[in-house]
Amino acid sequence: MEMAVRVESLRFAYPDGRVALDGIRFAIAPGEKVAVVGPNGAGKSTLFLHLNGVLHGEHTGRIWIAGMELTDKTLRQVRARVGLVFQDPDDQLFSPTVFEDVAFGPLHMGLPEEEVRRRVTQALAAVGMLGFEDKMPHHLSLGERKRIAIATVLAMEPDILLLDEPSAGLDPRARRNLIQLLQRLPQTMLVASHDMRLVWELCPRTLILDAGRLVADGPTAVLLQDEALMEAHGLEVPMLAPAPRPEAPIPHTISAVWK
Amino acid sequence: MKHSFLDRYREGTSLVHRLDPRLKLLGTLAFILVVTNIPARGWPAFLLMAGLALLLVRLAEVPLLEALKRSSIALPFAGVVAVSIPFTRAGEALWQARLGSWTLSVTDAGLALFLSVMVKAWLAVLVSGLLVATTPFPKLLKALRALHVPAALVSTISFMYRYLFVLVDEAMCIQTAREARSVGPGRTVWWRARVLGGMIGSLFIRSYERSERIYAAMLSRGFAGEIRSLDQMSWQKRDWLAGLGWAVLMAAAFVLGRLIAGGL
Ligand SMILES: Nc1ncnc2c1ncn2[C@@H]1O[C@H](COP(=O)(O)OP(=O)(O)OP(=O)(O)O)[C@@H](O)[C@H]1O
Ligand SMILES: [Mg+2]
Repeated sequence: MEMAVRVESLRFAYPDGRVALDGIRFAIAPGEKVAVVGPNGAGKSTLFLHLNGVLHGEHTGRIWIAGMELTDKTLRQVRARVGLVFQDPDDQLFSPTVFEDVAFGPLHMGLPEEEVRRRVTQALAAVGMLGFEDKMPHHLSLGERKRIAIATVLAMEPDILLLDEPSAGLDPRARRNLIQLLQRLPQTMLVASHDMRLVWELCPRTLILDAGRLVADGPTAVLLQDEALMEAHGLEVPMLAPAPRPEAPIPHTISAVWK
Repeated sequence: MKHSFLDRYREGTSLVHRLDPRLKLLGTLAFILVVTNIPARGWPAFLLMAGLALLLVRLAEVPLLEALKRSSIALPFAGVVAVSIPFTRAGEALWQARLGSWTLSVTDAGLALFLSVMVKAWLAVLVSGLLVATTPFPKLLKALRALHVPAALVSTISFMYRYLFVLVDEAMCIQTAREARSVGPGRTVWWRARVLGGMIGSLFIRSYERSERIYAAMLSRGFAGEIRSLDQMSWQKRDWLAGLGWAVLMAAAFVLGRLIAGGL
């Protein structure tokens, strides 16, 4: 089977010399939902920026997305297939209105107007934000902005979603809704998070990153309950509800995700 | 957070709200051009322009008092700039004061010019305020773009508008943090200046880092150097009518002002 994401000995240092990724190697099958956890500064965000080619050209090692190697030539195709949702929706929502923000990706993929409009409607429906097209981002709550941020990426119809701290700053109900939305989305997903409950409920598999190294890769149910491992990497064993498991994904074109 | 002091748009469905933003932008510019070109003693022309501006306020269903209050904020600024005019124009002296060997006199021509400058400033701010109050900012941006203002300039204004609110929030956070740490009075001016310097510095660095993240977000959604957008504006029959009517009125006011001043 063609892997959705494959990374081989990825190494990257920021211009100031800080080694942020140090020989990362993993592969993810299509449809998998995988958590990336680790302390602050572990390199999670840096890894995501590499997977969709935003940070490109300074690393060593190789990256494949759906079998296509990430190179200068495939950069734009990869960016269209891998949707990155930034931690702070204020970084992601840079247009004056919600409509323009969600349309930004499809427009810059060169799609015709009608298709752009169809995708905006569909993406907003998927996150339950239809009717917000003309709103300005600074008039929305954080939870609403997070959903719109996800819609901006869904509108590009990517195969792979990278979510950086999707639940940070959300109140319990918004967080609950977000987890349900993510469970229903059919895309392959990598989720960087400090929210161990979210990891537990959403991702059957977990990667643990520390100081730029991949220190563990295995079933969430095993890793998250390994107290010694978790503590060694600055993490906490979550207070868990009776082992819930993600439901089977269903297509995300329906709008009934959010009540 | 709420930023009502930045957001001046008022929800509404009045005729003025529904007009095409391009028309409103051009109409406002035309109004300002005409009103600034009325000669100092063209009072009937000023009266006509003020009447038109107030009619627009009425049509836009904006409370008159609020419109007057908001437009009056410009008067102190105009006043400071124009304060010397009444004293420095040649003309018939209306009022004189002796200050030692100096004679300070207010002339009739000077006073008329001063008043006309104030009226011009007030009317210009009144109609601009009305434009902003009846047009959502994103639509104004689209209008600028449609009127062939360079895309880079429009994008810059658009980012400024979008991130002004975010920056105000960040500045408030920094301010709160500062206040939380500086309990009690008795701080020196020097200390305050240093803290303020630090705040500005940290705001600057945060903004710089944010701009990098925004650029990354744009890249990851396919941006390749050129901002694209869909044009959603359509010119209606009422826009033609309103535009024509406005053009005629502006021309009339212009001619009226000239005639009164003595010949074209
Ligand atoms: N623009 C940059 N320039 C230099 N160093 C950076 C830059 N961005 C991140 N780093 C450094 O790279 C390392 C990895 O950072 P990264 O943001 O990927 O961590 P993270 O796992 O996402 O952390 P967090 O949980 O806090 O989001 C950190 O040591 C960080 O200080
Ligand atoms: Mg991070």
